[in-house]
Amino acid sequence: MSRWLPRTYLTLIYLLLYVPILVLVVFSFNDSRTGYEWGGLSLRWYEALFNNRAMVQAMWNSLWLALSAATVSTIIGALTALALHRYRFRGKKVLNGMLFIVMMSPEIVLAISLLALFLLVGLQLGYVSLLLAHVTFCLPFVVITVMARLSGFDERLPEAARDLGASDFTMTRTVLIPVIMPALLAGWLLGFTLSLDDVVVSTFVSGPSYEILPLRIYSMVRVGLKPEVNALGTLLLVFSLVMLMLSQWILLRSKR
Amino acid sequence: MTTASDLSCHGLVRRFGRQSAVDHISLDVPAGTFFSILGPSGCGKTTLLRLLAGFDKPDAGDIHIRGQRMNDVPPNRRPVNMVFQHLALFPTMSVGDNIAYGLKRRKVASAERNKRVAKVLEQVGLPGLEHRNPQELSGGQRQRVALARCLVLEPTLLLLDEPLGALDLKLREQMKIELKHLQKQFGTTFVYITHDQSEAMVMSDQVAVMKNGRFDQVAPPEDLYREPATPFVAGFVGDNNQLVGEVVSVRDNLAEIRLEDGEVVRGRVASGGVKAGGRAELYVRPESLVLTGDALNEGYSAMQARVRTTLFDGANSRVEAAKGDQPVYARLPQDGSAPRLTTDGIIRLAWDPMLARVFAAGNP
Ligand SMILES: Nc1ncnc2c1ncn2[C@@H]1O[C@H](COP(=O)(O)OP(=O)(O)OP(=O)(O)O)[C@@H](O)[C@H]1O
Ligand SMILES: [Mg+2]
Repeated sequence: MSRWLPRTYLTLIYLLLYVPILVLVVFSFNDSRTGYEWGGLSLRWYEALFNNRAMVQAMWNSLWLALSAATVSTIIGALTALALHRYRFRGKKVLNGMLFIVMMSPEIVLAISLLALFLLVGLQLGYVSLLLAHVTFCLPFVVITVMARLSGFDERLPEAARDLGASDFTMTRTVLIPVIMPALLAGWLLGFTLSLDDVVVSTFVSGPSYEILPLRIYSMVRVGLKPEVNALGTLLLVFSLVMLMLSQWILLRSKR
Repeated sequence: MTTASDLSCHGLVRRFGRQSAVDHISLDVPAGTFFSILGPSGCGKTTLLRLLAGFDKPDAGDIHIRGQRMNDVPPNRRPVNMVFQHLALFPTMSVGDNIAYGLKRRKVASAERNKRVAKVLEQVGLPGLEHRNPQELSGGQRQRVALARCLVLEPTLLLLDEPLGALDLKLREQMKIELKHLQKQFGTTFVYITHDQSEAMVMSDQVAVMKNGRFDQVAPPEDLYREPATPFVAGFVGDNNQLVGEVVSVRDNLAEIRLEDGEVVRGRVASGGVKAGGRAELYVRPESLVLTGDALNEGYSAMQARVRTTLFDGANSRVEAAKGDQPVYARLPQDGSAPRLTTDGIIRLAWDPMLARVFAAGNP
């Protein structure tokens, strides 16, 4: 009895978590027009998905946006973290706190402010506005990840490198970057996934010239659930699993 | 400035705000010597070492290494290497890559590099550990890797900042002796920082005792022990008993001092300013004290003290007594010939006045 109860409890929770995902994956292979009855195994929805050119285009757009937003915010974020870590200056605490404000503030607020800003400066809504917006909300995550890594960083390491004959540049390349590499990768992956599935901010700052996947799915689902979406969901699931395993593998390797 | 000295500094000053962490220090280290800088925590040892390594700039004074002025030379171009207090091994590199780091910066070819890494690892007693990670090594092994990383570059001067501080007592004892051997083997000049006087005494050819940013005395260990130049050195280097009182008379370099309870003791004058009527501090080492019954050696000085306890430690067993509220330690004879000591019993302690040192109190 005492062992039976926790097991049931755990099973229930995991069912709750995974049944919807499982349903999605199973029905993506369903050879039936309606989403609620089984019509045999088939890949027709995957075919339909890849024949849907607007959808494929949105997918590429999203990937490209996530790649560029993650990369830009990793570069800026890493430099910001290094500056916050290394230098002492007035207003450092305020700057630090402001990072958390961006992270904690409701996304809708960020979305409206960004839209207002873009309209004010007359920026055409499209790839550039999306990139700017995505970099904005990815940045704090990168900064905080890298800062966490740097807080355990032995300040004597750069000095040891200098002492052994390295220039400042060589020291950065051979000592500093390898040490913060896991944080850079983690920050980049975090930015990538945040950007890939963002809906709220993107809804506000995207334009007709650059359609991205989450918005495309959202508009498709509004007129009724199409099995194509199941196929797309499954693909995204596989993709994120691969990314997750990749990041874990890199982190493990760097720890050894 | 002789050409034989590897390091010579003149009038070095480094201030932090209004405090001088290094205050007009001059020193001269002959080639091939083991030179220690000994001082309590916060006296400016690390600050001085960082000036020598080039991580920090002096506010005044000059640093010469083998006759070359170093003041404006950045750390990566000084013929000096440093072993850090917490070693600072690169965690993302193997032991071999750590040691090869400096050679790589000097563009030594890879075959030659591997050969030299293997050789130095053998010299420090860790053959074949190139491919290990520093994290997988024991504290003592890491210590040796940090040393090898510097020694492989054959620096003119090796700076060590309390390198044994992180090790446990037993390993420290062992590394002390080993460091000394390594220094002889490589013939490199060592400048070694420590707050542990026994480390400095065991290893060094010369010891500089530092206090508040200044050197109190620079001398070989034995001279420091026998002829301390200041009360601070007398109290800091080795165990010592301090007795304070008023000078009654000074004759033939021997001072008579009346202690607070009225007893008069004698010792050799070791500083200027010891005058009848002035206050003075007398230092006498535990091993110079003899527990006497009645027979007092000719010319010895003696006083009474109250037994507090005996501290048994093999050959280093001592009795702790009290003179007023000042503790006094005396070495017990090793053959067990000491009279039976009872707590609160009164004993007589005697010493040869030539082995006691008298300084004017308040002498800097
Ligand atoms: N960067 C700094 N800014 C201000 N004061 C400093 C700085 N570095 C050292 N000091 C001060 O200079 C004095 C000497 O410090 P230093 O680190 O040289 O001592 P130390 O002899 O190495 O002590 P320890 O044995 O504890 O390592 C201390 O009073 C310290 O507070
Ligand atoms: Mg120090």
